[in-house]
Amino acid sequence: MGIIINILRISLLALRKNLLRTLLTMLGIIIGVASVVAMMGIGTGSKQSIESQVNNLGTNMIIIFPASTSYGGVASGAGTSQNLTVEDAAAIPINCPSVPLSAPIVRSTTQVLANGQNWRTTVYGSTTDYFPIKNLHTVAGDIFTPQENKSAAKVCLIGQTVIKNLWGANYDLNSVVGQSIRITNIPFIIIGVLEIKGQNSFGQDQDDVIVAPFYTVQRRILSITYVNQILASAASATLVTAGSDEITDILSQRHKTLPGVAPDFTIRTQADLSNAFSAISNVMSVLLLIIASISLLVGGIGIMNIMLVSITERTREIGLRMAVGAKGTIILLQFLTEAVVISFFGGIIGVGLGIGVAMIVKNAMHWPIVISVTSIVVAFLSAAGVGIFFGFYPARKASMLNPIDALRFE
Amino acid sequence: MQKNNIEASALGTGKTKTVISVKGLEKIYTMGDVKVYALRGIDLDVTEGEFVAIMGTSGSGKSTLMNILGCLDKPTTGSYTLDGVNVSTSSRDELAEIRNKKIGFVFQSFNLLSRTSALENVELPLLYNRKISSQERRERGIKALTSVGLASRMKNMPNQLSGGQQQRVAIARALVNDPVIIFADEPTGNLDSRTSFEVIDIFQKLNEKGITIVLVTHEPDIAQFATRKVVFKDGKIIDDSQVKDRKKAGEELAALPPIDQIDSEIKKVETTEKVESN
Repeated sequence: MGIIINILRISLLALRKNLLRTLLTMLGIIIGVASVVAMMGIGTGSKQSIESQVNNLGTNMIIIFPASTSYGGVASGAGTSQNLTVEDAAAIPINCPSVPLSAPIVRSTTQVLANGQNWRTTVYGSTTDYFPIKNLHTVAGDIFTPQENKSAAKVCLIGQTVIKNLWGANYDLNSVVGQSIRITNIPFIIIGVLEIKGQNSFGQDQDDVIVAPFYTVQRRILSITYVNQILASAASATLVTAGSDEITDILSQRHKTLPGVAPDFTIRTQADLSNAFSAISNVMSVLLLIIASISLLVGGIGIMNIMLVSITERTREIGLRMAVGAKGTIILLQFLTEAVVISFFGGIIGVGLGIGVAMIVKNAMHWPIVISVTSIVVAFLSAAGVGIFFGFYPARKASMLNPIDALRFE
Repeated sequence: MQKNNIEASALGTGKTKTVISVKGLEKIYTMGDVKVYALRGIDLDVTEGEFVAIMGTSGSGKSTLMNILGCLDKPTTGSYTLDGVNVSTSSRDELAEIRNKKIGFVFQSFNLLSRTSALENVELPLLYNRKISSQERRERGIKALTSVGLASRMKNMPNQLSGGQQQRVAIARALVNDPVIIFADEPTGNLDSRTSFEVIDIFQKLNEKGITIVLVTHEPDIAQFATRKVVFKDGKIIDDSQVKDRKKAGEELAALPPIDQIDSEIKKVETTEKVESN
């Protein structure tokens, strides 16, 4: 124990004797550790932010299309059969514990007229559950009631791109509410204006829409009995897969699909989208970490460089220490301790600096930054590891010196 | 070849404890295909309390012998017994241990650690002895510095000391581990004659207290202060005799002209020494 304290004492004395050089060597490690901590903070923060944005896109959404139909061997593509019904949509939340919400959708792309202007847009017909599933809100007026849906009331909600094209860009949104609009020559009353959603991940303008009650669109505009698709929402992003399976079970049962026969519907989720985004952010985090590790590596090589110079410069000192009784292992430990002390203190300062830089970036650029304890521990341990790894070769070189040659070294 | 006269030891007490016993020592350096014989069969005994001066021109083998005696090097053949322990077959680490416990070194170029106080320099050998507490280390360091007359300079750095004072710090360092023998390799080589006498005076006083000293020098004047003179040539001992008309460094010092007359000269010498020692 005493000898370890003595080695530490000797190393600290030697480092203090060359304070400027010690600090400059430390700087390499400080920058390395600081960049690891800051980069991991930025990386983790970005990842979490991307993940939450992807969740906002509706990653727990499940879309059910009818399967493709074929006439005489000619397949006509997804969504062309007419076998999904309102009852199917209603059956899902009742039978699937992972899927609390579902809404049938009918869709018509048609010409609309108002304010003496006309515009071609997509009219969606759905139930009230459509709004929470799509995370849609109104900025003026309100959504329709279940009663209005049942009675196929001629009311609708309007997207802001449609307003822009019919009333102009600066038209007061509140004054649109209550106005009349003709959809396929049927007059509707606008009861609400939808919040701006912007483009979706496929570049589609989500504001170029009109939403009306389901039965209104199905019966009054399209005159059909089936639904185009069913939109459902799993209770959470992790329950999407379980929910899909439950939906497959209940719909297969309802459609009397025989075992071994492909079901007459297709289920799509956005799990792929969410996976793609998290893969991108993982790649980014790894990239940042690699860049940061390179600076840590450079810092380590700096330590080795300085230790080698220091050992050459202090050859006579090493010779003297050996002459007065220092064994090779003690000399090795002394120089190793110097390297480790440099990287240890460099690590501490670097962690502080890294957190500081991350905080500055957070406040100045409003980036999401998450400093995890793991990143600090990892950065600190790698600094210590770098010290031992790069300090070992010079220290071993010193310990192998012949005391006679070392004493006479000029 | 051997002319050991134990009764003529400096103490004259008739003690017969042999500190160093060397038999048939050879050291051969192989450089490529060429074999260089640095030592060709040395027999030498040193008894406790002796002050031996080893003399010889450069290349005579005196430094090689010194390295082996100082346990810094191992002989090719032959046996070497130090303080009753055969060290000719000891390992590197065992030799380090022996140097730490039994040997004190004084070098020509002082070899003090720069930017390290006189006391810390003296304490250095004890740092490598795990049995010595920091308090004991400090006490022994102060005692050793006091014994060379530098109690007032404990906190000074080597560059704040004169050449003679630096060498006295080095002697204190050699003393601090209570060695059985002190090896001094040209200890006056970098010093002017006045400081040389001061340093030799310390050696003589230590020797009078019973400390065994082996001193390597090529200056015949310096050898006259020892009790015994061993002369080397071509790796062999050609003369081994007791010193007749042994001189006292203290008396020589007193006989020198007063210090102010040679003051400027000393300063000049000291300036160059400082440059070298740093």
